[in-house]
Amino acid sequence: MDFGQFISYIASGTVYTVGVTLVALPSGLLIGTILALLYVYGGKAAARVMNLYSTVFRGIPPLVLLFILYFAVTKGINLSAFWAGSLSLGIVSSAYQMEIVRGALLSVSGDQLMAARAIGLSRLQAIRYVVLPQAVRLAIPPWSNEAAIVIKDSSLVYALGVPEILRRAQLIGASSQRYLLAYLSAAVIYFLLVFGTTRLLAMLEKKLTIPSNP
Amino acid sequence: MLTWLGYFERFGKNFLHGAGVTLELTAIGLAIGFVLGLLLALARCFGPKWLQQVAGAYIAVFRGTPLLVQLFIIYYGLPEIGIAFSQNMAAYLALGLNSAAYQAEYLRGSINAIGAAQMQAGRSIGLSKWQTIRYVILPQALRLALPSWSNEPISLLKTTAVVFLIAVQDLMAEGKRAATATFDFVGVYLAVALVYLVMVFALDALLKFLERKTKIPGMDIETSR
Amino acid sequence: MPEPILTIKNLTKKYGENVIFQNLDLTVNEGDTIVIIGPSGTGKSTLLRCINLLTRPDDGQIWLDNKEITARGTDEDKVRQHIGMVFQNFLLFNHLTALGNVKLGLDKVKKMSDKEATEKAMHELARVGLADRADHYPGQLSGGQQQRVGIARALAMDPRIMLFDEPTSALDPELIGEVLEVMRQLALEGMTMLVVTHEMGFAREVADRIVFMEKGYIVEQGSPNEMFNHPKFPRTREFLWKITELYGKKEKEAD
Repeated sequence: MDFGQFISYIASGTVYTVGVTLVALPSGLLIGTILALLYVYGGKAAARVMNLYSTVFRGIPPLVLLFILYFAVTKGINLSAFWAGSLSLGIVSSAYQMEIVRGALLSVSGDQLMAARAIGLSRLQAIRYVVLPQAVRLAIPPWSNEAAIVIKDSSLVYALGVPEILRRAQLIGASSQRYLLAYLSAAVIYFLLVFGTTRLLAMLEKKLTIPSNP
Repeated sequence: MLTWLGYFERFGKNFLHGAGVTLELTAIGLAIGFVLGLLLALARCFGPKWLQQVAGAYIAVFRGTPLLVQLFIIYYGLPEIGIAFSQNMAAYLALGLNSAAYQAEYLRGSINAIGAAQMQAGRSIGLSKWQTIRYVILPQALRLALPSWSNEPISLLKTTAVVFLIAVQDLMAEGKRAATATFDFVGVYLAVALVYLVMVFALDALLKFLERKTKIPGMDIETSR
Repeated sequence: MPEPILTIKNLTKKYGENVIFQNLDLTVNEGDTIVIIGPSGTGKSTLLRCINLLTRPDDGQIWLDNKEITARGTDEDKVRQHIGMVFQNFLLFNHLTALGNVKLGLDKVKKMSDKEATEKAMHELARVGLADRADHYPGQLSGGQQQRVGIARALAMDPRIMLFDEPTSALDPELIGEVLEVMRQLALEGMTMLVVTHEMGFAREVADRIVFMEKGYIVEQGSPNEMFNHPKFPRTREFLWKITELYGKKEKEAD
């Protein structure tokens, strides 16, 4: 086997790595945003439940939570390792993303909400048109950090047998007995994915910055 | 529903032993990470240009790749060039090298916050650059870094869970053994999760206590997750 | 006989044990400019917030155009459309341009078409002299300009009455004039206004009536002439003397 084949075999796992990330990150964002809205605007009882969700889910290693959710889900429904793993990682990430969105919502001052109500917007409209657009901008830098974490955590589904980058590196490392090269190649690919993603989000942040005089 | 709590009776001893290994991994990883992280932070802030770049590249690479990959490179890859470690040694090393990158960033943040003014103040009374770093900047920077740095021990404790994949006998390894014995994967891992939670909460309480103890009144920087 | 637009009876607001104001009565007639003065912490801002229901009063009633807005089941959002509010710290929506700030209510509350809303918003911006700043974000405007956008934003809803909560006290002295000028113009056009301010020059010149509030009570009210030249209570005289001294100096400096 030549070097090109060796690398391309590992690189073809990128499809799965990116796939897992593209399922986990948005589903975590969706769940996290809904929970954050409930946390901030849903009253005391909701805030207490959300706080518990956040504390427990962020207190357990992602790998343990991944195993629990994976085995619980696959016990009930017939789901492939890819989907079960991705969705489980999404739930893990939702607790972290909830905190990111919550932090952003809270940093938009309450006065903005009041000013919006003062011109007759309903509470929901005020959140939708005044608070959220500002919160999104504030959330990009920490969210970029979370995106990098999810890309890296996608390597955990290796343990479920999904043929992503790390699993392929292991397989070809074993068959060729060249582990060092295999894992180093995997590291390079992960690095490029993480680096590219954070760069892209930094550009987005710059683009969305609200103009102001220094 | 709560039958899994019974696993503590059956596997309690094993879990306890595994939890001990997990804490050991955390402590050693944290210690290696702190020493190396401090050197990296100093190199980034005060070193010559080339050293700043080397430190920056180290931090970017170790933060930009999964710990699992770093672990496999060290445990499976390095023996090919004649550097072999035991499972535990490989785990300590991977955790330490990885944690160093994160700890360096926490320390760098607080060193920058202390700022050039303190360096000038130190130099103005005749201290050398390194004396100023040693006696003026670091004592302040270390205390200032504590609130944000205290994320790291907890984060590292959770991160150690992956090392059972190279067969280190930590809490996860005990969990896996119990799961295979009972065929109740969900139940056993729930019990394991509970043990992790207890450790995380205890560590969190300890760190909060330390933060209160070492706080210098009126000194603060904004902290992030 | 002018019609009262706003009638307040027995209004009481407490935070726990702390009484902000108690059994307050006030009437505002159509076209009037009423200026409320008084030491800080006497409940003037809270009163304005109660009037447009941003804060719920504990007791008493408020009528807007002979409709009780403190009644149960009142649609608060509807009420607020008819009451314009201008804040001390401007509170422009940071992510929207000047035009976007003025348009938002027209868009989402009045449900105007984009074209209609833009036209109306541009008209209001022209009214406060800022048509040429329509595409600027709040961060690109001076404090005085931001406050004028805040006024335009409130005016765009065609309110029956405008509430001003210390509209110039967060401004640098040299920027106060442009905001007061817009308010003066509004008063001339016959807008009904209720203004909390420390600007005695404005009060003297523009107010139809000055209300002196202290410790949650209305001590005295009357025309500027009565209040400045023949106040009934020593407290009123003392306060007016102090405040004129203090802010008069600042005004001179600004000149």
